[in-house]
Amino acid sequence: MGNKSHITATINGEARDFLCEPRQSLLEVLRDVLYLTGTKEGCNDGNCGACSVIVDGVLLDACCMLAVETEGSSIETIEGLAKEGELHPLQSAFLEETGMQCGICTPGFLMSAKALLDKNPSPNEQQVRHWLAGNLCRCTGYDKLVRSVMKAADTLAEA
Amino acid sequence: MNKPETTNNEFNVVGTTPIRPDGLDKVTGRAVFADDFHLPNMLHGKILRSPHAHARIKSIDASAAAALPGVRAVVTGADFPVIEHKLINQGAAGMINIGELADNCMAKGKVFYDGHALAAVAADNPHVAEEAVKLIKVDYELLPPVMDVRSAMAEDAPVIHENLQPGAFIVPAEKFLPNAGRTQFGNGDTEQGFAEADLILEREYTAETIHQGYIESHVTTVNWDSNDYVTVWTATQGQFGLRDHLADVIQVPIGNINVIPLEIGGGFGGKERIYIDPVAAMLSKKTGCPVKVAMRRDEVFRATGPSSGTYIKLKFGVKKDGALVAADLHLAYEAGAYAGGPIFLGILSSTSRYNIPHIRINGFDVIVNKPTMRPYRAPGAPQALFAVEQMIDELATELDMDPIDFRMKNLAKTGDRLVPGFPLAPIDTVNLMETVKAHPHYNAPLDGLNRGRGLAYSLWFNLGETSSARIQVNLDGSVTLTTASPDLSGTRISLAMQAAEALGIAVEQVSPAVCDTQSIGFAIPSVGSRTTYGTGAVVCEVAEEILGQMRARAALLWEIDTGQVAVERGIFSNTADPEQTLSFNQLAGRMFETGGPISYHKTGNPQSFIPGIAAHLVDIEVDPDTGKVDILRYTIFQDVGKAVHPDYVEGQMQGAAVQGIGMALNEEYFYDDEGHLKNASLLDYRLPTTLDIPMIETVILESPNPAHPFGVRGCGEISIAPPPAAIANAIYDAVGVRINSMPMAPHKVCAAINAKKIAAAAAA
Amino acid sequence: MNDFEYLAPRELDEAVALMTEHAGSAQLLAGGTDLLVFMRNGRKSPEFIIDAKKIPELNRLRLDAGQLTIGAAVSCRTIWENPEIAEKFPALIDSTALIGGIQIQGRATIGGNLCNAAPSADTVPAIIVYGAVAHIVSGKGQREVPVEEICTAPGRTSLADDEILVCLSIPMPPANSGAEFLRFIPRREMDIAVANSAAYVELDEAGETFKNARIAAGAVAPTPLFVEAAGAALKNKPVNDESIAAAAALARAAATPINDMRGTIEHRKQLVEVLTTRALRGAVTRAKREGRNNG
Ligand SMILES: Cc1cc2nc3c(=O)[nH]c(=O)nc-3n(C[C@H](O)[C@H](O)[C@H](O)COP(=O)(O)OP(=O)(O)OC[C@H]3O[C@@H](n4cnc5c(N)ncnc54)[C@H](O)[C@@H]3O)c2cc1C
Ligand code: FES
Ligand code: FES
Repeated sequence: MGNKSHITATINGEARDFLCEPRQSLLEVLRDVLYLTGTKEGCNDGNCGACSVIVDGVLLDACCMLAVETEGSSIETIEGLAKEGELHPLQSAFLEETGMQCGICTPGFLMSAKALLDKNPSPNEQQVRHWLAGNLCRCTGYDKLVRSVMKAADTLAEA
Repeated sequence: MNKPETTNNEFNVVGTTPIRPDGLDKVTGRAVFADDFHLPNMLHGKILRSPHAHARIKSIDASAAAALPGVRAVVTGADFPVIEHKLINQGAAGMINIGELADNCMAKGKVFYDGHALAAVAADNPHVAEEAVKLIKVDYELLPPVMDVRSAMAEDAPVIHENLQPGAFIVPAEKFLPNAGRTQFGNGDTEQGFAEADLILEREYTAETIHQGYIESHVTTVNWDSNDYVTVWTATQGQFGLRDHLADVIQVPIGNINVIPLEIGGGFGGKERIYIDPVAAMLSKKTGCPVKVAMRRDEVFRATGPSSGTYIKLKFGVKKDGALVAADLHLAYEAGAYAGGPIFLGILSSTSRYNIPHIRINGFDVIVNKPTMRPYRAPGAPQALFAVEQMIDELATELDMDPIDFRMKNLAKTGDRLVPGFPLAPIDTVNLMETVKAHPHYNAPLDGLNRGRGLAYSLWFNLGETSSARIQVNLDGSVTLTTASPDLSGTRISLAMQAAEALGIAVEQVSPAVCDTQSIGFAIPSVGSRTTYGTGAVVCEVAEEILGQMRARAALLWEIDTGQVAVERGIFSNTADPEQTLSFNQLAGRMFETGGPISYHKTGNPQSFIPGIAAHLVDIEVDPDTGKVDILRYTIFQDVGKAVHPDYVEGQMQGAAVQGIGMALNEEYFYDDEGHLKNASLLDYRLPTTLDIPMIETVILESPNPAHPFGVRGCGEISIAPPPAAIANAIYDAVGVRINSMPMAPHKVCAAINAKKIAAAAAA
Repeated sequence: MNDFEYLAPRELDEAVALMTEHAGSAQLLAGGTDLLVFMRNGRKSPEFIIDAKKIPELNRLRLDAGQLTIGAAVSCRTIWENPEIAEKFPALIDSTALIGGIQIQGRATIGGNLCNAAPSADTVPAIIVYGAVAHIVSGKGQREVPVEEICTAPGRTSLADDEILVCLSIPMPPANSGAEFLRFIPRREMDIAVANSAAYVELDEAGETFKNARIAAGAVAPTPLFVEAAGAALKNKPVNDESIAAAAALARAAATPINDMRGTIEHRKQLVEVLTTRALRGAVTRAKREGRNNG
């Protein structure tokens, strides 16, 4: 086994540190070292978005980043989306609008959609579809998923 | 969105849209899917897979791998029990060749496809395991690969299995050629039929191999303990099938195995067979530690799934008035490395929706050097429809008939005899057609160049089969509902709703769960659109029994006969004294005064071959310069019997249609001439993205299924079948070319348009 | 993935020294969207990974009077989110905004796209037609090379093992110029180009005559293809369908594509002609709009 690096980062607002090998991706460390298994692996090569996380405000695929690169970064994962037991409007919308079937893609879609709404609080359907094109869902056919995101945007606008 | 126009308001719960209980953990990331499961002291297994499509394994040298620090065990085919190759009847689990199943998990002697497993390593972490796998040296003797059905059926084709064992998928095939089994069905006299025909068309169609494409790959964790008890934590569509097959492959008693199903990230038919579980089991046995094996995405493509590529030849005869008189179908479906592909369902779905007096269907289950084909949502149907519904469209065009009128003329209705010999169970096929014809989409003008509209119609048979459920009434009136049916899409809520409806209580009172194999009776997997219908029917029977028990309890308290206790929407009453009532909760609270716990378990066998029907209507636009097809508008009309949770029903229709659109336009396995799979990644396999698909309109029809107390038919599969044909018909409508090869990739559309232009120029 | 050592220099000099020391066994890591994938599937197994993202010179993005400077480690998303670049260099936006999805764009760089040297690289035709120059350093010194001279074969570049691409500089386009990049893929996103094409045009004041033009195409040759002849053919030609068709035909003639899982020879040839036609039309439209804005 290779040498391990000691990394300090902020994860969901909390200071964390961990040891990792250089070859371990951020995805692997989140899941297998920190046991934050809400971030999913669908392809491990940037093609499905199941591993979407937000690093220093930028939406990324955690499988396409080495964990050693995150020294000093601020990382947001699905586990941090609900705040103090309150679901994020996106989470509520996915439940109410049945924006999922098997649910494996759901954390990735939620994180992508969050990054979208942070940037553009009232996207139209085309903008939602464009932003989510890096996230694959095989179950829903996307219809209800897109509606869920638009509904969450409406909820946020009303709040 | 079109919510179903409910024909009756007799239901309290069924037809509403409550939030699924497992949803919360899925939106917060807490749900435990197969790869989220960890055990202390767990090792990681990785598998060496053949880079060759067809080869003899001359030797395997794993010494360097075994010597790598961190490696705990290496296994090859030699470590696995030797199992005879023959078809055995596993009762409800179907006919299966366990010897071939075992070899598919770990090759012995020969590899039959790029990706065939032939050795595995367990190590302290996945990276070390992967390094070790690369150190295993294999000496292969290459054999000629056979990569499509026509070459496999050619006279001089290399023989893949020296002694082909014909397979079975529902019905067994007979051996026909060295690489092919055959299944035949027919009716009438086709020669006479064609003689009566005014118009005869003959066409050929091909389809490439495709994959189910679930986003969660296959992952399993197995612990083989010191008592030879084996526990499996995995995502599977069928924990019992997995258990029984695993027992046969690793040769331990079935009773020693417990399979614990975790949350499952999609399956679509591709997760009801074992691949890595026996490998993890043998590694666990050898190391004395639990072992997790997780497939990489490329392994998923190379070694699991896929669904058959096909070659289909049709000859149809029709009379001037539009009556079909004769049909001759040659359906050749890939079986992959081992026999037993979906040919029977291809046959069944090809023409069962029409009455054709003289018909002959020859179906072939063809061995090729590709992974062993597995069911994929309405197995065999999309390929069959791609051919037959294009043929129907062509015939209608030739006769200058409206495509719906043409189908109406030949439409199979309740009671009509189908090709396999049984009558069509009750369903309102006429209403579906009339609904399409009256719908605004069908009547909307479609302006603009290169735009076209297409229709396809499908009839599919949903399974019932062996299903188990248990209801326990708890002291506080809450109800625990356990079933043996893994939940891929929200079926826990649909089953809880049926239990609540049958018991007359609120759905929030019911906690549904999926059980391991030690905790509930046997069931066949969640396949065949059967969970909400089949398991649901058993849930309703169990609920009836529970109500019976509770009426007896009330009778005891009131000192009357059980027959005098009535129950209506959760209120028990004394028919002789209507003032005397007890609510469900009150009665539950008194269970220990009246004889103890209230619970009931049942394994039932709801009827199979329940028809479902769907028609799809699509508007597309073709870019004639690039060949690209864009979907402009899409409407699904589907008869689901009764929509238990209409949102999830719509979700099934939309999800299935989008998978059908994917296979229609882009999805395919791309092999080179040596049989190497070149696009084993989500990048190059090209599942549809959000941007490729518009909103999908749905029209839910409800003609009740008499075999279910609420009329449910099942709805999961059928809508994957019509899209390729509907899109093909729309392409013809748009640009006047017929694309007879699936996927209808841009280069094919472009080539067809160019050829048409050249032909037109030559004619001019 | 094989084990390696991760190095994160904070100064260019330090990076140059590391590249010199480990020449041949080190790879620079920009966004990693190619490199990590290749390391996972075994196509690359460097012993040292040198992170480019912490080096200030590689992270510069500057638009001044004369030119645009793009550090080699600047992400595609940073580029397409920049409104000034969007206004002056629309073809850069066309290409950076369609690499992968949003997640990939947050990491992927033009530098990585260029140095990875895929025939299908989507940003490369765009930077070629804009006349971008690559600024390269190593222990032996600095050099500047037109970007069309970087890719030499699939996966190969003219950079030596110890060389670092620091940045690209692109001259500010003159008045009455415009450019467009187009790509064909079977899906609408998340695909590798079956073919792509970029066109840059400079028109006369009236917008009636081509003063200059540059055309480049991708996925139709072993490297992104600068079709000099097609651009040259437009010089002094009237802005009309006929001139455009002639140039597009030259682009098609220059294409030597292959059959593979992403496309066929015939289809790619047709696509390069179609895309070039459309990109030229788009570039002309933009040039006219540009002219109006300036005037
Ligand atoms: C899901 C997915 C989708 C994609 N879609 C597209 C697409 O649509 N179009 C497209 O063109 N590409 C696509 N790509 C490929 C890739 O994203 C692009 O090529 C990207 O621009 C590479 O940039 P990077 O910064 O990630 O490069 P890296 O992976 O970091 O580097 C690539 C190569 O360049 C070298 N390198 C990087 N920086 C320098 C430097 N400064 N000096 C010298 N050498 C250097 C690296 O050592 C490495 O060999 C896709 C990739 C993925 C995973
Ligand atoms: S797992 Fe990271 S994009 Fe698929
Ligand atoms: S819900 Fe199953 S993949 Fe999206």
